[in-house]
Amino acid sequence: MPGNDKSGFRTATIGVLVENEAGILARVVGLFSGRGYNIDSLTVAPVNEDRRLSRITVVTSGTEMVIEQIKAQLDRLVPVHKVADLTQDGPHVAREMALIKVGGKGEARMEALRLADAFRARVVDATNESFVFEMTGSGEKLDAFIALMRPIGLIEVSRTGVAAISRGTGRLQG
Amino acid sequence: MSVTPADATTETPTLSGAEIVLRALKEQGVEVIFGYPGGAVLPLYDAIFQQNAIRHILVRHEQAAVHAAEGYARSTGKVGCVLVTSGPGATNAVTGLVDALMDSIPVVCLTGQVPTHLIGNDAFQEADTTGITRPATKHNYLVKRVEDLARTVHEAFYVARAGRPGPVVIDLPKDILIGKGPYTGAPREEHRSYRPQTVPDAGAIREAVAMLKRAARPIAYTGGGVINAGPEASALLAEFIHLTGIPCTNTLMGLGAFPGSDPQFLGMLGMHGTYEANLAMHGCDVMLNVGARFDDRVTGRLDAFAPNSKKIHADIDPSSINKNVKVDVSIVGDAAEVLRALIAAWKADDTQQDRQALSAWWRQIDAWRARDSLRFNQQGTIIKPQYAVRRLYELCRETGRDTFIATEVGQHQMWAAQYFRFEKPNHWMTSGGLGTMGYGLPAAMGVQIAHPDALSIDIAGEASILMNIQEMATLAQYRLPVKVFILNNQYMGMVRQWQELLHGSRYSESYSEALPDFVRLAEAFHGTGLRATCVEELDGVIRRMLETPGPVIADICVDQKENCFPMIPSGAAHNEMILGSGNPDDPVMIIDEETVLV
Repeated sequence: MPGNDKSGFRTATIGVLVENEAGILARVVGLFSGRGYNIDSLTVAPVNEDRRLSRITVVTSGTEMVIEQIKAQLDRLVPVHKVADLTQDGPHVAREMALIKVGGKGEARMEALRLADAFRARVVDATNESFVFEMTGSGEKLDAFIALMRPIGLIEVSRTGVAAISRGTGRLQG
Repeated sequence: MSVTPADATTETPTLSGAEIVLRALKEQGVEVIFGYPGGAVLPLYDAIFQQNAIRHILVRHEQAAVHAAEGYARSTGKVGCVLVTSGPGATNAVTGLVDALMDSIPVVCLTGQVPTHLIGNDAFQEADTTGITRPATKHNYLVKRVEDLARTVHEAFYVARAGRPGPVVIDLPKDILIGKGPYTGAPREEHRSYRPQTVPDAGAIREAVAMLKRAARPIAYTGGGVINAGPEASALLAEFIHLTGIPCTNTLMGLGAFPGSDPQFLGMLGMHGTYEANLAMHGCDVMLNVGARFDDRVTGRLDAFAPNSKKIHADIDPSSINKNVKVDVSIVGDAAEVLRALIAAWKADDTQQDRQALSAWWRQIDAWRARDSLRFNQQGTIIKPQYAVRRLYELCRETGRDTFIATEVGQHQMWAAQYFRFEKPNHWMTSGGLGTMGYGLPAAMGVQIAHPDALSIDIAGEASILMNIQEMATLAQYRLPVKVFILNNQYMGMVRQWQELLHGSRYSESYSEALPDFVRLAEAFHGTGLRATCVEELDGVIRRMLETPGPVIADICVDQKENCFPMIPSGAAHNEMILGSGNPDDPVMIIDEETVLV
């Protein structure tokens, strides 16, 4: 199982299709905090034509029993259409976007640009003393790039959290 | 639920929001609302005033309105209905809502709200009701358009009763109640997203039957889910237990699902369950759980719970399965459907049951039974609380009347569960999950509204009863002949018991000084007050209580030192039980060695 470690904990990327209604995010977040589950990241946005449905991607971790509980608890919320454990159900693509602001002059500046190029980060803002890089990829890739920027002059980071989708023709539907 | 304009029965928008609400309630079969008025819900009260189809019962505190609706719901199988105002009306109702959530009781609670344009402005009697009640309900709604009103009410009733039942709040801003809009009837199509599975998977049922047929020491452990699935589920449970010949134990919430007098009944299990029920759970090799949730009061220490058993769990709520206890076979479905399928599969399966092993298992259970763990010594003139409950049971039975029992929370609740015997479902109202002191009197009131000719009794403690004592006024107003049977030991008895057993007899704040005179209290509320101070007076007082037409408080002064046994201390295993020896000063810790063998 991907993300499984020795203590029996694993990471799960869970896709949740919900009615796009007031309070739905509070319901999901309240469920996690009220029952003591972890949220590593959470993203949400409307996904269908008439904006009636939203898709939440939540990355969580716990023992297999806890992750099964999380899925069952999410599934019994009234506005939830469908819950899928993307980590468990098969191959999937998970991506996160980050905006990374790096300061510096001279050689540090050049080094930041070279690394950005190697990581395929785009420059979306530049001043004489700073860059803002936009970068998309797995969480690990973002972590690696941010770690490299830290000694060069990392100023701040804004990350979206993970969006994920299964590979192939299957889809999450209620 | 999706209502497309084509199939909805839309009418000319001539109704006010308040009228729409009442019409939708009527269509949902509501006959009674328990409520308390206030500024934000005045338009609804005005509409109630101008109609006769729905009866409103004025409670004296909003918490009691919810408990009354719970008693009504649990004793009828219908959805209970509550109406309270905004702000404090809603916050007072929260305890009742959580109570209904924990015990899976279907209730729809309408709360008033300040007008939509004032929401978020800290207006007078404004509270974020949907925010506050989100974790206190199964689901909640804030209605922001009068066009959504009828649909929301219909959906709320569907959600309250479908799947695992629970409380639903509809928050109603005042301008929405005044505004005009269309009425739409209850939709016929399925809900867009909430469609709980009720019919069990046939493969899981076959697997369960195969396991049970090969069991040497099987046991059935059933809970409130069987009651919630309707009287048919209880009848099917009895059929299945008789068909298989296996022992059956009930949780606190499940009492009445299986006849208390049946020889295959082991009594209640759990912290204050019988010796035979708990040791049979500990020693079983196959356990069938139907509609119970492996609550910590039932399992005791989890790593020592039924250690050598295969477990089958049937529940309508998939999140109850594998939550506390990992099971071997999981069955998602309505208890009645599950039991029906189990009966059919049992008959279809050719495997012969090991009858010899089953007889040996029953001999073991009978040996445990012979310890008579509910034994007590009624000596001298001081009334033992257990004796008081047993006499109440026997004298109620003598009347031949349909009898409903509600309780508060504490020792008296456990004694009621142990010594009152329930033969039928829906006759036992108690706060199991939340453990709400103050539940019993309003619940008994709701029962009496639903069953005007029945005997509705609240078995209470002198501490709990004071938590909703104001409802005596409601009893007086509606001439509800509820009987309050107080086991008065002048202590918060269960607190006192834990302090005695676990905190070196330091009775911190558990003694009630300055109790009211319950006889005069009953009289002040236009009822009848009775008191028994010695065992010679007990039967007379119970008989008079049962014969008196109006509301009665019977103050039964009982032994102050009596403890509730058997008891599995919190965090102990089923075979580490404290038994009463019949002498309260001499409890016996039993670590049963026989169970190690089985």
